[in-house]
Amino acid sequence: MKTKRKLHGQMPVLIGTAFVMPALILFAVFILYPLTTALSYSFFSWKGTLRGEFTGLENYVTVFTRAPFDEALPNAFSHNLLLFAGAMIFQNSIGLFLAVVLHKIGRMKRLFQTMFTLPYLVSPLVVGYLWSLMLSPLFGPVNATLKAIGLDELALPWLGDPTTAIWAIVFITAWQWIGFPMLLYGAALGGIPEEVSEAAEIDGADGVKKFRLITFPLLLPAIGTVSILTFIGAMESFPIPYAVGGSTGSPAGATDVMALLFYRTAFESGDVGSIGTSSALAMLLFLFIFGVAVVLRTSLARAEKKVYG
Amino acid sequence: MRRFSILNAPKHVLLWIYALVSLSPLMIMVLNSFRTTQQMARDPLGLPESFNLVSYQKAWITASFETYFFNSMFVTITSVFIGTSVSLLAAYVFARSKRRIFALLEGLFLSGLLLPVFLAILPLFYLFDALGLISNLWGLIAVYSALSIPFSSFILAAFFRQLPIELEEAARIDGAGYFRTFFSILLPLVRPAIATVVVFRFVPIWNDFFYPLMLMRDRASYTLPVGLTRFFGEYQTDWATLFAGLTITTIPLVILFLVASKQLVSGLTAGMSK
Repeated sequence: MKTKRKLHGQMPVLIGTAFVMPALILFAVFILYPLTTALSYSFFSWKGTLRGEFTGLENYVTVFTRAPFDEALPNAFSHNLLLFAGAMIFQNSIGLFLAVVLHKIGRMKRLFQTMFTLPYLVSPLVVGYLWSLMLSPLFGPVNATLKAIGLDELALPWLGDPTTAIWAIVFITAWQWIGFPMLLYGAALGGIPEEVSEAAEIDGADGVKKFRLITFPLLLPAIGTVSILTFIGAMESFPIPYAVGGSTGSPAGATDVMALLFYRTAFESGDVGSIGTSSALAMLLFLFIFGVAVVLRTSLARAEKKVYG
Repeated sequence: MRRFSILNAPKHVLLWIYALVSLSPLMIMVLNSFRTTQQMARDPLGLPESFNLVSYQKAWITASFETYFFNSMFVTITSVFIGTSVSLLAAYVFARSKRRIFALLEGLFLSGLLLPVFLAILPLFYLFDALGLISNLWGLIAVYSALSIPFSSFILAAFFRQLPIELEEAARIDGAGYFRTFFSILLPLVRPAIATVVVFRFVPIWNDFFYPLMLMRDRASYTLPVGLTRFFGEYQTDWATLFAGLTITTIPLVILFLVASKQLVSGLTAGMSK
């Protein structure tokens, strides 16, 4: 009787603690401690690595009002927003389109999925460098191809021109990430019961109507997940802009993003107060990413509830 | 049903066109690594004239890719091993204990999936400085192991929860302790989940360039991606060597993908529906 109760009961707390301890130590030292410390850094004044007095929100005021931040911050932030919008408009809709086309394609589905997902595995830094060579105005293969098929007027210095450079980054990111929305939408489409789809056809719904009334609402949870992850990815964007435009976001700051601005402030600025200001930048970005992700998630849960009743 | 197969023809054309968009840059990367820079300048879209390995030799030896490559291998394999091991132990407790404290801890680990933890790099840098871990590969391994915990413990705990508890109880009745039960009964059963976690963590750790860029300041401690940033500054005009360097960095992942595409796809969808 005694042994039986013991078996069905709890794992002894001592054993449980011993089992979680290695993970807890690693997590606490290398994730939790730096995260909480970064927050405190932003509330102090700094002279090099010497911490001065508590200054409250002064570092935050600095990154909004003083040069170079007063121009660099809105510039970089607008590029992050543009990366997000661009990804939603191009990458995710093409991903959805590919998933719909691939749905019920039969035997070849797996092969196509594999081919479309391959760029996702490649290091984003490699992707950035590879495309900077591909798009080189000198002898880059892209412009050579455009000239070969008679589109000479499109053979532009895409990465050298401030107006096109950020769009080139949208495109490069989309090229790498497309497999992501495609696979998730594909899984969601596969989960829609055959009977629902057939019933709609019997009721006389055509392709477009069926997509609007049946497929789209059932895809809603997947659309939510893809949107949130795209948002986080766009806000954290770093390796591709770094490879394409260097740490200063060349040409002329046209490819600057928040993570680059943070990196420059923390490691390249040489400013004595840089620990305080870069920590303030990091916390602002942190709060923005986390806040929007939480809001998006809750509003999506509400929208789903509305659709499914 | 026949209606669909006729409809499928334009679909296939479309899919093959996109396959070309998706794969041609990678093919150009590999093909150009066998050509010389002069050949590329003369004919940007040409094919290799011979199987020329000169640029690989140059990247591997002159540009130190040999060092970077073995650093990357060592760091990635060790981090995946440590990260998976500590996550396995923790996940077992999360799945089998109902104590509130462990549920809280699981929630804490899970939050790491959503938090942009890379923003805490500055305190991490000073922590490394204080511990003498700057330019030390073991420091990088510790960070990557810690970063693996949220995803790995999440996937593994979900898998442990699906296992029937009777097996463990039978082992316990036979007199095996918790450690023994864990190692000889449970570990073999969770092998599929371990495979997913190992394969899926290998990729971002191999590819990461943020942490070594900040924390590895000495050339001898560079991993491949951060080595690439130096290399691209120094070999700017030597396109052939650049393409060879990019290919060397990518090849291990292509091999991984060919061997374990199943695990990668399941990790991808699991990671996304978190």
